[in-house]
Amino acid sequence: MDATLYLLQQVINGLTIGSTYALIAIGYTMVYGIIGMINFAHGEIYMIGTYIAFIVITGLAMMGVDSTLFLIVAALLVSMIVASAHGFAVERVAYRPVRGSKRLIALISAIGMSIFLQNYMRLAQGSRDKAIPNLLPGGWEFGGDGFAVNLSYMQVIIFFVTLASMGVLALFISRSRLGRACRACSQDRGMANLLGINTDLVISMTFVIGAALAAVAGLLLGMYYGVVNPYIGFLAGLKAFTAAVLGGIGSIPGAMLGGLILGIAEALTGGYLSTEYKDVVAFGLLILILLFRPWGILGKPEVEKI
Amino acid sequence: MSSQLVHAGFSALLTLLLGASVLGVELRSEGVTTIVAVEGALTWLWLGGAVVVVFLHQLFRPKIEAMRRQTWTGSRFSLPPLLKNHAQRRLILALVIGALLLFPFMAERSAVDLATLTLIYVMLGLGLNVVVGLAGLLDLGYVGFYAVGAYTYALLNSYLGFSFWEALPLAGGMTALFGYLLGFPVLRLRGDYLAIVTLGFGEIIRILLNNWTDLTGGPNGISRIPKPTLFNLEFSRRADEGNVAFHEFFGIPYDPSYKVMYLYILALLLSLVTVYVIYRLMRMPIGRAWEALREDDIACRSLGLNPTGIKLSAFTIGASFAGFAGSFFAARQGFISPESFTFIESAIVLAIVVLGGMGSQLGVILAAIAMTLLPEIAREFNEYRMLLFGLIMVMMMVWRPQGLLPLKRPQMELKRG
Amino acid sequence: MAESKLLSVRNLSMRFGGLLAVDQVNMEVRPREVVSIIGPNGAGKTTVFNCISGFYRPTSGEVLFEGRPMHRLPGFKIARAGMVRTFQNVRLFKEMTVIENLLVAQHMQAERNLLKGLLLTAGYRRRESELMDRAAHWLERVGLVDFANREAGNLAYGQQRRLEIARCMVTRPRLLMLDEPAAGLNPNETRDLDRMIVQLKEEEGITVLLIEHDMSLVMGISDRIYVVNQGKPLAEGSPEEVRRNPEVIKAYLGEE
Repeated sequence: MDATLYLLQQVINGLTIGSTYALIAIGYTMVYGIIGMINFAHGEIYMIGTYIAFIVITGLAMMGVDSTLFLIVAALLVSMIVASAHGFAVERVAYRPVRGSKRLIALISAIGMSIFLQNYMRLAQGSRDKAIPNLLPGGWEFGGDGFAVNLSYMQVIIFFVTLASMGVLALFISRSRLGRACRACSQDRGMANLLGINTDLVISMTFVIGAALAAVAGLLLGMYYGVVNPYIGFLAGLKAFTAAVLGGIGSIPGAMLGGLILGIAEALTGGYLSTEYKDVVAFGLLILILLFRPWGILGKPEVEKI
Repeated sequence: MSSQLVHAGFSALLTLLLGASVLGVELRSEGVTTIVAVEGALTWLWLGGAVVVVFLHQLFRPKIEAMRRQTWTGSRFSLPPLLKNHAQRRLILALVIGALLLFPFMAERSAVDLATLTLIYVMLGLGLNVVVGLAGLLDLGYVGFYAVGAYTYALLNSYLGFSFWEALPLAGGMTALFGYLLGFPVLRLRGDYLAIVTLGFGEIIRILLNNWTDLTGGPNGISRIPKPTLFNLEFSRRADEGNVAFHEFFGIPYDPSYKVMYLYILALLLSLVTVYVIYRLMRMPIGRAWEALREDDIACRSLGLNPTGIKLSAFTIGASFAGFAGSFFAARQGFISPESFTFIESAIVLAIVVLGGMGSQLGVILAAIAMTLLPEIAREFNEYRMLLFGLIMVMMMVWRPQGLLPLKRPQMELKRG
Repeated sequence: MAESKLLSVRNLSMRFGGLLAVDQVNMEVRPREVVSIIGPNGAGKTTVFNCISGFYRPTSGEVLFEGRPMHRLPGFKIARAGMVRTFQNVRLFKEMTVIENLLVAQHMQAERNLLKGLLLTAGYRRRESELMDRAAHWLERVGLVDFANREAGNLAYGQQRRLEIARCMVTRPRLLMLDEPAAGLNPNETRDLDRMIVQLKEEEGITVLLIEHDMSLVMGISDRIYVVNQGKPLAEGSPEEVRRNPEVIKAYLGEE
């Protein structure tokens, strides 16, 4: 009984973390789908989103705002806007000028951007951990005498906000004009351009949407862990990327699936083996999937154009 | 003009938003609570200035670009073929090497020590240049191989008593093996995946070194790694049992600067060997194949070249140079811990390769010197070092992807008699 | 009987998702023949080529080269076996010089022992100069010897096409596969190309398999022609037979 409950607890923890990976992974997958490159700086955008959320929450609390709902909504909106602005600017500065060049050039530019943003935040905000108090303490406990499963309010919120964001994104992609343009661009950018779609705008919007979702993840994970520092983007980005590849890069449902699988795999490793090797799991999984099924679970193999 | 105005206004607003949100306010810890502090007037003044500059620049961009096109044409410099004559080239090379050999006898101890460190980065830069510059494979976990080399020597020494000279070839071989084993599965993937897998690999190595406490000492690292000897002569004040110290052997008083000089000369020799080997490789069939593969792997396959095998050779050879550099690093420091092998190191070496001009040996050497000397000359620069490295990578890719000193390709010439 | 066939393709099919791009294609090429595959644009000619040269793995069917199965091998092994191809949109190593392009192509003949190269042994030098000689010989054959030290990307289009053929020839192939070699050439250059292919066949004893959608070009030089349409074999025979085949005329001129 206890063993089952313990397992359940790990799965709950895994789903929580995994859904935030999925949110970040969307940014990788959408950018990849449209311009075929990995936006290495995406993890840093998530980190910036977390900082902004912390600044808004702390600032409003200092001004005497005590409605938790208001705090969260305000932090969500502001951090989405600011992170989007960063995503937009990153594309304009570091990616657009090198779009036509060789892949290696774009990759190095992306890496450089990632290093730059991390250190820029370190210099602007200091390298030490900054904490906020838990805005939504408490939760439900259930289970046996030996081991009780803990499901915090925060975990439930993370899960549902993620689902809601994904739903909005899916609606946007399938229904809106811009969403259609996005899909057209990911099929054939040259053709979309010929048909009068402003591909530059679509690419910019892809970065903006990815950044906004990363900011959502930043707020959620920030509230969940309660701390932020300039280095969190590196690992989170790497894991979200793994999630994107796992699900099939370029596929949005794939990102969701990949995120959840990775989250659970990590939680199980942390729960049963050792927390130290938790991070190794992501890389191990990434290497395995690349070896045996590089197009991921829901992706399709690419046909090389000769 | 009005659309230009809107565009400039938008850019200025964006700048304000980006700057104000991150630079204008700061999270601070006060005791157990966190507060938000609004930065002082100076910061905002700077921000305002930046906004104005961006606004004006965007407003007049078409004009500025037109002007630049008029004035800047043809001013892009590349390495002049100043050593055309073969004999002349040899002479200059000999003079440079001679000067480098004499350097430790003229300079201060700290300068020699710094030069040794620089040479380590020269080796790393040249090694990574094979992978990134010549073969066009982005390896972000290069530091992992550096760590393997360092730990190979440290572990062989502390468990089996191997000396530096015995361990050096093994360290090179070990890292080559690591490079091979990692490269074999991932090199058939596209470049982006390779970049991220190598990034992950570098991290895995560090995490393993940190956690495998029984073997590696974990975060405490390994200390008391002996310095290299000169034909079994030690450079310490008192030699270990059964060994003789350098100053005793020659009957001269002990001076710790002998050790520093010897390390420098060793580093110099290792670097020269590296330069020569890579110089030759670039002109050998394998070097041609690397370059061809970087340009068009489909054409390579159509001619019977096995892309995976060729990439693997670049990856393995590049890794083994990191292994040599790593074991020398362990010997020089006398102490290593996982902290010396973070992603930052990979980024520094990559910045060196990028700045130097991918593929160009001289460029990489000069970049390595600049990148290690600059933080020493301007201490306050150290704080901004990584920021600048990131910025350099982006700016170089946008404006001058061929590097400051681009490769004057080793062209095979058809000479007709 | 075995030596009378250099290449045989049996029931070759290639499917991309729902699209059957190549459907049950059969063909044979005998030594010292010039064989052409023709068909309208989008008929699946290049896909057949990509399957034979190992860039695609055929969904079903067999490719035998000198009696040995090739259809499971990767492209570079097929090239090593002696089947070398060009590409529809020339694929040169553009930033390398003309002569270097030809040296890379001889990689398999080069002395690849690293130690010998690093130490510049006599054997290594000899081998390198042999490669150089062979490259120079072929540059002369295709009339590019004056451009040997230029960057390949700076050559005129017609010269690039010739360099690509020379690059194949230095690998000592037995079957030369040309993918629309006349595309983008002017009439003069096309005539030169015709002459060159005939020369290769007569002087080097090389076998040529080529794809073309322009029928007039292949009529003069081909021994036999295969016609494909919508992935399916439509007709085969001598240029004369193919020219008179009503099916072929219909495919080229449309249904009406």
